Amino acid sequence: MTSLFSIVLAAILGLLAVASAIGFILQRRATEPGSIATVQNLNARIRSWWIMVAVLGGAILLGETSTVVLFAFLSFMALREFWTLTPSRRGDHLALFLSFFVVLPIHYVLLGTEWYGLFSIFIPVYAFLILPAVATLTGDVNEFLARSARVQWGLMLTVYSISHAPALLMLETGTSPALLLVYLVVVVQLSDVFQYVWGKLLGKHRFSPNISPSKTIEGLVGGGASAILVGTLLYRLTPFSPLQAMAISTVIVVAGFFGGFVLSAIKRDLNAKDWGYVIEGHGGVLDRLDSITFAAPLFFHIVRYWFT
Amino acid sequence: MIAPIRRLLVLFVRILIGARSEWRGCAPDPVSRIYFANHNSHIDTVAVMAALPYQVRRMTHPVAARDYWGTSAFRRFIAEKCLRAVLIDRKPPPDTDPLAPVERVLEEGRSILIFPEGTRSTTDEIAPFRSGIFRLAGRFPNVDLVPIHLDNLQRILPKGSMLIVPITCTARFGKPLRVEPGEEKAEFLARARATVIELADGGPAA
Repeated sequence: MTSLFSIVLAAILGLLAVASAIGFILQRRATEPGSIATVQNLNARIRSWWIMVAVLGGAILLGETSTVVLFAFLSFMALREFWTLTPSRRGDHLALFLSFFVVLPIHYVLLGTEWYGLFSIFIPVYAFLILPAVATLTGDVNEFLARSARVQWGLMLTVYSISHAPALLMLETGTSPALLLVYLVVVVQLSDVFQYVWGKLLGKHRFSPNISPSKTIEGLVGGGASAILVGTLLYRLTPFSPLQAMAISTVIVVAGFFGGFVLSAIKRDLNAKDWGYVIEGHGGVLDRLDSITFAAPLFFHIVRYWFT
Repeated sequence: MIAPIRRLLVLFVRILIGARSEWRGCAPDPVSRIYFANHNSHIDTVAVMAALPYQVRRMTHPVAARDYWGTSAFRRFIAEKCLRAVLIDRKPPPDTDPLAPVERVLEEGRSILIFPEGTRSTTDEIAPFRSGIFRLAGRFPNVDLVPIHLDNLQRILPKGSMLIVPITCTARFGKPLRVEPGEEKAEFLARARATVIELADGGPAA
């Protein structure tokens, strides 16, 4: 894996260098207040990309354990962002405490020890049954169904779904599992970046102003097609043939798009613009991982079913 | 020896509950001030201290209740050594002035952090302010009083629970106020309380 992985990492760092250079030139050219703000945000995003690539690349280079620990931490941050915006009542306190400090760690330990059977049902079955049971002990029936649903959604989105990205490391496909993770992350994130670039350059028709005012049809089509093209060309990282890579990238891109869309809908419902503030220019961890929440489980199961 | 422990405590609190700061009504200048905040949980003192930038934090002394923070060696260590707290008696013996140590801090040109509700409220409602803040404001007319609103602490560590849920807490710093000439105690306390409530609703942007 090392040689292929180093090539991919070098390519990404090269791309970032080009992006930084373009950002620098744009910054010197921008004159109107509106375009200055856009360029500043663009450059903040690029700076954050350097950090994100360094953190994820470093974790993958260090090995499987550090990758799993990194994703456990990202899930923790994402779950915190989810609950910072989502209302909860006193009666949810114990269920929330258990979500953060019992369910999340156990789920990632099951992942780290590759106990796949329990890993795949722990949150959908056991947490699903136990957490509402715990919540009944406080006797607060106010909005009980909605509250239990929020607790479960928080875990499913930020812990269960996201963990399917590092879960790729436990699949034996004959190729390097770390490269599968890199492939997923590259296609999903490039799709987001391409959609942003296409949208800024050519975007006219809003896809759904209610949910995501910045998403345009031009951005979606152009960005999605570009990401699928890259996903097809990168087939050598994977056990897929070029045609399979194209089909699978399409699934990743469409799922990623709806991941971003569903999480935006939740944000609008909660009257928020961003999930958090820790990643400069992007918002929160969940703003960056929203596409992964939908793409990771689908990609994981496609690979697990057909390629192991 | 104590400095790294203080840093670690701040880092730990920031990882656990974010302790983010939003300076809406003033800048984080290292000048002598009376910070006052709403009081929901035992960690609000640590939350504000972790939200302050280093230059401000090092000159700010939270005022804490001796009947809680002075009851065990560990709590006393956290309060007095890590947070540089001034411990006061909530039910002082007659003929003593519980605010005397607080005034000494302000006389030295340093800042204090107080919770004028006196006790942790159990609801989202902010309780009426007790009069200590009015007395301090009267004795130090040239010191700005800066309102702080802490959100989510009710959900992070509610009264009656020992379990911390790591939701993000944001400390919003409002516009400084002082006692107006001729302003009555009740009037001032109500006005100070209103500035904190205003910050709770999102408040006017800086």
